[in-house]
Amino acid sequence: MENSVLTVERFSAYFGDHQVLHDIDLSVPKNVVAALMGPSGCGKTTLIRCVNRMHELLPDTKVAGRMFLNEKDIYTMEPIVLRRKIGMVFQKPNPFPTMSIYDNVIAGYKLNGIRRSREEFNNIVEQSLRSAALWDEVKDYLHRKGTFLSGGQQQRLCIARALAMNPEILLLDEPTSALDPKSTSQIEELFVELKNNVTMLLVTHNIGQAARVSDFTAFIYLGELIEYGPTEKMFTVPKDKRTEEYLTGKFG
Amino acid sequence: MEDHVRMRLIKNHIFKGTVVLFAFISLLPLLLILYYITKNGISVINWDFLMNLPRPIGETGGGVFNAIIGTIILIALSCVFSIPFGIAAGIYLAENSVGKLGNLVRLCVIVLQGTPSIVIGIIAYLWVVAPLHTFSALSGGVALSIMMLPVIVKTTEETLKLIPYHLKEASLALGVPYYKTILKVILPSGLSGILTGILLSVARITGETAPLLFTAFGSQFMNWNIFKPIDSLPYRIFYYAMSPYPEWHTFAWGASFILVVLTLAFNLIARGVSIKWKIQF
Repeated sequence: MENSVLTVERFSAYFGDHQVLHDIDLSVPKNVVAALMGPSGCGKTTLIRCVNRMHELLPDTKVAGRMFLNEKDIYTMEPIVLRRKIGMVFQKPNPFPTMSIYDNVIAGYKLNGIRRSREEFNNIVEQSLRSAALWDEVKDYLHRKGTFLSGGQQQRLCIARALAMNPEILLLDEPTSALDPKSTSQIEELFVELKNNVTMLLVTHNIGQAARVSDFTAFIYLGELIEYGPTEKMFTVPKDKRTEEYLTGKFG
Repeated sequence: MEDHVRMRLIKNHIFKGTVVLFAFISLLPLLLILYYITKNGISVINWDFLMNLPRPIGETGGGVFNAIIGTIILIALSCVFSIPFGIAAGIYLAENSVGKLGNLVRLCVIVLQGTPSIVIGIIAYLWVVAPLHTFSALSGGVALSIMMLPVIVKTTEETLKLIPYHLKEASLALGVPYYKTILKVILPSGLSGILTGILLSVARITGETAPLLFTAFGSQFMNWNIFKPIDSLPYRIFYYAMSPYPEWHTFAWGASFILVVLTLAFNLIARGVSIKWKIQF
């Protein structure tokens, strides 16, 4: 695909002898939300963790194939440089408990020793919190600890923290699975708005969420990419029988 | 049937009563120690006792000023030696829960904790006193730091293990290098636990006498030089208590009182730190 931000070519991943991903081919165009769905244990989380190389934290992992971020090979880049370009939001909200809301947002700068003037930091904090739709709720408490926020607010704080680094891709690893329905719908709306700034890769086991939020959907089953295409098309006329069965709730 | 139930209820009461009684009895020694030390010691405490040096045999009066300063210097020295090693080892163990080196270190820490303090004194003698040809505060600090080490290593490991893994992930996913993640995210999150461990280990070594007998040795004089023998509260208690003079016996009580108050203070501060500074995840 032309102009794709992320290209995955014949990508396989192994945990020890166990092959988790089989020859995945995928390309994600700019400024879209691409959903990865599939039953639990299918390898979708492993796939996005391979995108920012977080899987390397686990012992005994191995990959084959290639991945490109804007035509640059991800596996020849330094992980710490790569991870500043690819933000990640996790299943459980994980703001830094020792830091204030303000410091949480600029944690990527502070912890990496990237210097900015106070004014620039103020701007980054305000813009990131606005993008994460959290500014109005926290603007008077910026110097309180982030852990006093509600779960949904904490998750939006984590999104703001990732956005503050101006990433090219935002990886979302089941970002709403620990949240209540109201926070979930707020965050889903947020993703649709964020498309203008950043490309998102959303892992979800919630079929409805993939349908509501994403432009492209990939269905992964037992480590294989079964089907990938525009969400609308896949949800109305799936090409593969397994996709159809999954969408109609026959398994998963 | 009725009788059966009544019997059981009676047994229940007896059991509960026994537990309470034994719990109280086990408290008694501590209460008695505190009572005796306070009763005999507090009357000795005054400005002269705190601020004067020990006097030679035959002169009346004298105090424990050099012993208090000596104990503080010894604590400071042992903290300087043990805290960096202890925290580093604790980080290593928390980060490598499996693996040969980790298990070996864990085993060593347990063995070290069970090593008699007099043996640790001998080791410090061999390592520091013998090569330098003099008893010294330095050697005392080394001996005490070896005693502190296991507590610091263990509490650091336990504290860091309780910090959720997702915090580390959050930091690494921002492109923060591993060492900065540990130093700036993980360690600060576990600060209260680590500090508590350090304070408890300080409380533990404050009263140690055996490892100081042939390292810090003890001294009649005020000494700020860490390469010279130095006095300490436990040693001063030992010295005063072993003397044949009744006045010195009361001094031993006074010094004991100071030592107990000091140890108690460290314990209470540790408790305060662990509650007040606790980080909510």
